[in-house]
Amino acid sequence: MQRRTFMKGTLAAGGVAVAVSAGLLSPRAVLAAWPKSAFEAKSVSDALSGLGVGTSSASGDIKIKAPDIAENGAVVPVQVKTSIAGVTSIAILTEKNANPLAANFNLKGSAKGFVATRIKMSKTSPVIAVVKAGGKAYSARKEVKVTIGGCGG
Amino acid sequence: MAKKIRLRASAKGGVATVKALITHPMETGNRKDKKTGKKIPAHFIQTVSGKHNGKEVMLAEWGPAVSKNPYVSFQFAGASKGDTVELSWSDNKGGSASATTKVR
Repeated sequence: MQRRTFMKGTLAAGGVAVAVSAGLLSPRAVLAAWPKSAFEAKSVSDALSGLGVGTSSASGDIKIKAPDIAENGAVVPVQVKTSIAGVTSIAILTEKNANPLAANFNLKGSAKGFVATRIKMSKTSPVIAVVKAGGKAYSARKEVKVTIGGCGG
Repeated sequence: MAKKIRLRASAKGGVATVKALITHPMETGNRKDKKTGKKIPAHFIQTVSGKHNGKEVMLAEWGPAVSKNPYVSFQFAGASKGDTVELSWSDNKGGSASATTKVR
């Protein structure tokens, strides 16, 4: 239904080249900023290099709040909090998902080292948080047991 | 399809906590339609932006591994009551939505 109205709109504007290119360019501009290679990476290290993180050192100043046992892998609440100063980004990865990278949060200006969201996990796996601060990367991990996976059909 | 964002921001000691619930299917592209056996095309949010008084404090990049109807929370300093907080997202199909609220 929605696609139909979209097609109609595009066809109607077909004569006006400017309108068409403007309409088609905006989603592409968004895609350019999105780190596709990092999200399609099949391993944690590939995903991190896609985000421009080389090596990360383990840090005790990152706290991951996630359940020990997640009954439903489709909805696993994860909270990452860090006391490291000058945090520029926080990435959340699930080591054993087909594509480990779940989300990357770029923090700017007055933002604090805190993010929370809910992710899907296909099976029991460590959840990894990678914090970038002052050009260095720090990481922490927490094992989450999943009883029902959340990535299949 | 309802494109809704439920947004809340509360300040405590100058630090604001923003909490948002977004209504979105977050299809991974790996799920199959049980009736037709065909894959359901991927449809997920790629970028989420959080603004404090018009200045971006958080720009998230998401993959399809973020849960359906996503929840997102972040914090920023230097907030006072009445400040504007804006949250907007855009997905891989070019869809987008935004919401604004006041810090309380």
